[in-house]
Amino acid sequence: MKQYLLSVAMIDGAPPRPPDEAQRAFEQVDELNAELQAAGAWVFGGGLQPASIATVVREEGGEVVVTDGPFTESKEHVGGFWVIEVDDLDAALAWAAKATKACGEPVEVRPFQENPGG
Amino acid sequence: MQETARSVEAVFRQEYGRAVSVLVRAFGDIDLAEEGVQEAFAVAAERWPADGLPPSPAGWIITTARRKILDRLRREASREGRQAQSALLYEREEPDQDLAVQDDRLRLIFTCCHPALAPPARIALTLRLLGGLTTGEIARAFVVPEATMAQRISRAKSKIRDAGIPYRVPSSAELPDRLRSVLSVVYLVFNEGFAATAGDRLAREELTAEAIRLGRVLAALMPDEPEVLGLLALMLLIEARRPARTGADGALVPLPEQNRSLWDSGLIAEGQGVVRRCLRRNAPGPYQVQAAINAVHTDAPSADATDWRQILALYDQLTVFDRSPVVELNRAVALAEVDGVNTALASIDALPLDSYYLLHAVRADFLRRLGRVEQAAAEYGAALELTDNEAERAFLRKARTGLGAPVTDSGPT
Repeated sequence: MKQYLLSVAMIDGAPPRPPDEAQRAFEQVDELNAELQAAGAWVFGGGLQPASIATVVREEGGEVVVTDGPFTESKEHVGGFWVIEVDDLDAALAWAAKATKACGEPVEVRPFQENPGG
Repeated sequence: MQETARSVEAVFRQEYGRAVSVLVRAFGDIDLAEEGVQEAFAVAAERWPADGLPPSPAGWIITTARRKILDRLRREASREGRQAQSALLYEREEPDQDLAVQDDRLRLIFTCCHPALAPPARIALTLRLLGGLTTGEIARAFVVPEATMAQRISRAKSKIRDAGIPYRVPSSAELPDRLRSVLSVVYLVFNEGFAATAGDRLAREELTAEAIRLGRVLAALMPDEPEVLGLLALMLLIEARRPARTGADGALVPLPEQNRSLWDSGLIAEGQGVVRRCLRRNAPGPYQVQAAINAVHTDAPSADATDWRQILALYDQLTVFDRSPVVELNRAVALAEVDGVNTALASIDALPLDSYYLLHAVRADFLRRLGRVEQAAAEYGAALELTDNEAERAFLRKARTGLGAPVTDSGPT
C-alpha cells in the first residue's frame, strides 16, 4: 500500500462561487469522505482557510522569525487536501477523479516518500 | 561468424522487450531488469559466434539475465529481502514461461504509455524498454541532445517507481482510454519516422520499422481490438508507398504522380487483409477509417482510377471521430475530385492552419487548377516559408516553377 496526498489547487482572488454551488460542493465532499472511509482508503483530510491568513515561521541565523502571510507569492495555494492509502497510482487517480468532481477544483496527486522504517 | 553476429543483433531487436518485461515482473525494478538483459546480450555476443545459436535464444537470454540479476542481488547484502522474494518468483514462474511472456510485454507497454507520464517520456520509454533502442539512437531520431534524452528517460523511470504506476494491463473499464494512449504513442513513433523536420535519416527509418514491429506485437496480443488492427493496417499501407515517395532528385512525389509499380505489393496485400479483418467487426474507429482510406488509394492501379467518392465518404466518417482542421484539409483534397475545386477551396477558407505548410500547398494546388497562377505562386511561397524538410521544399519549388512565370509589368522578367 502507498500513501498519496490529494491536494486541491485554489486560485487566490478567484470570484467566490454562488452559495448554492458552494453548498453542493460541501455535500459532495462529505459524501466522498464517507466513501473513502468505507473503502478503507481514508487517512486524513480537510479544507483550509485562505492562504492570506497563513503565518510563516522560519529559522534565520539561529533565531526563529514569525511573519504574516503565505510563504510563496504564487497565485495558487492548497485549498484543502486528503491523504489516502491505496495500492498504486491508478487507484489514487481514480479517487482524484471523484475528488475533482466533488469539489469542482483541480486536484494534484503526490505520493508520499516511503517510510524507511516500514 | 558474421552470420551469428547478425543473429545476435536480430535476436536483440526481436526479444529485448520480451526479456525486459518478464524480468520487470519478476524483480519489480526496471533498471535491474534492463541491466540484466544487457549483460546477457553481452555474454551472447561473446559465445554465440563460437557456440552457435541456442535452441531458444529468447529463453536463453531470459535465463541468463535472471542468473546475472540474482548473482548481483546476492552480492548486495542490503537487498536480502527482495532477493529471497525474487528467487521465489523465479521458481514459481518458470514453467508457463511462454504465456506469461506475452502478458508481460503488454503490461510493460501500458506502463510505458501511462497517462501520468508526459507524452515525450512515453515515447522515449517505449522505444527504450520495448524496442531496445539506445538512448543515443532515440536522441538522434528526435533531434535532442543525448543528455536531455537520458534525463527524460531516467525521470520517467523514477516516476514509475516513486509514484507507484502499476505494472499491469488496465481493467476493462479503463482499457479504452489507456489503449488510446498506447496507440497514439506507436503512431507518433511511426510519424516521427516520416516527419517533416530534420534528423538522421537512418535513425528515422529505424523508427517506422520499430513502430510497425510494435504494431504487430500489439495486434498479436490484442487480436480482438479493432483499433489495434486498424493502426497496424494504416502503418503498413503508408509504409508500402515509401519507395515511391521521393524521386531521383530527392523531391517529394505527391500521391497522384507516384510510380505505383514501386509500391511494396507485399505490404499492401498484408495491410488490406488487416483492414478487411477489422472492418468485419463493425466497430469503426479513427485508425480503421484512416486505414480504409489508404486501402482505397492502394487499390487503384492508377491515380485516375481512384474511387474518390468512397474516400470522401470515409473522410466524412473520420470527422465523426476527429473534427480537427487537419482532417478537414485532407477531406478537401477528396472533395475537389468529387464536387470540384471551387467547392473544395471554399471548404478550407476558414481553417485555423495558417502556420501549417500543407494548408498552403493544398491551396496552391487548388488555385493552380483554377488557373489563378499568381495566387498559386504566392501560396507555394507561403508553404516554402513553413517547412525545413528538403524533399518537401524541392517539391514546392518545382511546383512553383511549373506554374510558368506570369508576364506582367511589375513581375520579374
